[in-house]
Amino acid sequence: MTALAVLTGHYLRASFGSKVSLAFGAVQPFLFLVLFGPLFARSGVGSWAVLVPGLLVQLALTSAGMAGFGIVFDQRFGVLERLRVAPVSPVTLLLGRVLRDSLVLLVQAATIIVAGYALGLRAPLAGVLAALLLMTVLSVGMASLSYAAALTMRQELFAPVMSTVVVPLMLLSGALLPMSLAPAWLDVVSRLTPFRYAVEGLRALFSGSYGSSAVLWGTVVSLALAIGGLALGANRFRWEKA
Amino acid sequence: MIHVRGLTKTFGTVEAVRGIDVDVSAGEIVGFLGPNGAGKTTTLRMLTTLLRPTSGAATVAGADLFADPVAVRRRIGYVAQGGAFGPFTPVGNELVLQARLYGLSRAEARARVTSLLTALDLAGAEERTTVTLSGGQKRRLDIAMGLLHRPTLLFLDEPTTGLDPQSRANLWDHIRRLRERDGVTVFLTTHYLEEADALCDRVLIIDHGRIVAEGDPERLKAEHGARTLDEVFLAVTGRELREGAAA
Repeated sequence: MTALAVLTGHYLRASFGSKVSLAFGAVQPFLFLVLFGPLFARSGVGSWAVLVPGLLVQLALTSAGMAGFGIVFDQRFGVLERLRVAPVSPVTLLLGRVLRDSLVLLVQAATIIVAGYALGLRAPLAGVLAALLLMTVLSVGMASLSYAAALTMRQELFAPVMSTVVVPLMLLSGALLPMSLAPAWLDVVSRLTPFRYAVEGLRALFSGSYGSSAVLWGTVVSLALAIGGLALGANRFRWEKA
Repeated sequence: MIHVRGLTKTFGTVEAVRGIDVDVSAGEIVGFLGPNGAGKTTTLRMLTTLLRPTSGAATVAGADLFADPVAVRRRIGYVAQGGAFGPFTPVGNELVLQARLYGLSRAEARARVTSLLTALDLAGAEERTTVTLSGGQKRRLDIAMGLLHRPTLLFLDEPTTGLDPQSRANLWDHIRRLRERDGVTVFLTTHYLEEADALCDRVLIIDHGRIVAEGDPERLKAEHGARTLDEVFLAVTGRELREGAAA
């Protein structure tokens, strides 16, 4: 437990020490909010309460999804190996990073939400807080999978592969436009990706329908992703490639 | 300090280490020699819990390598060949983090880092990053990283590779001092035979995953009628070490 706090603190200091990269992480969803949001709100498709949850998932996908990039350097410079010789469990080594990533994401998400309120978002505070919690669970899974991918694939492939993989996942989640508009085939494909359920869960929470099946499914899928991601990620921390 | 019996490591169909026995007593400086690809680093990575052996038995620093790898980690220090520091973080931060992972409090960790850096002629380097340090300074910094938790046994993988002769001799002095002052047992790999000759009480020569000779450098030279360890290596393997390194 102490080791986990020490690791998380170390990574947090590094992340919050670099305000520029912290801000850059939220630039994309912020641009969508400001430059696309007004169009969306007037399109008749949905309100700000439909768009903002989508942007949060987009943020989780791009920010937590690319988290593994940092470990590519740690691996190259021997930092990871040095940590692996310390008497600390692989889960702790992974969680220290993942908790940092989730906290960074929370700060970025809160900024987006506050900006959303300024632009016309109306959502109950309880729903927004519950949505942030759900997004955190989702980001734990996403970041863990990102580390697992970074420790599995060839170093130089990680950035191009992950930034490409994130695009269809984001589009299929219905983060930008709700999948209720989709033709049947696209709707089916979308249902095969986990982020569809997260987006709909978050939207339900923003609209105050706490007991809906969308919330249930969003929670179940996000939890499954987090548990699976942690198991897979810890496994990659434990054994090196032969 | 190290007792190894029949240790093997197979990668797919390649037998990298083919059943080696190693015994190292407390307070020894032992050199593990061999050409690149002979199995030195693989053996070292097994003994430091980084790589799971295929078979065999091993006790390292009094703990069973297979049953209790975490106890092994608490007691050993490991200095990898490629270093242990990222290029952008102040080295003091990294050292304090590592010390705290071994259970030191923040204050203890800071004090330990300061005293270690001083002992290794790196006083005041906490705020620097590795890009501003020389090759010799970097290697001493790596050694500091391996010593934070006062291990009784230190593994050094190719500690002086790439250093100029002066920095190399300086590092040897530091390694000798570790043993004299703190009683640290040192197990190091090298492909510089003069390094083994100058620094080690005893050498093990590994070739193709097997230990082909061992003993103190003087006795090995006498046994093989050789003037240098290079000639001993030639006598036991039929090859020049340098050719082996190039192959």
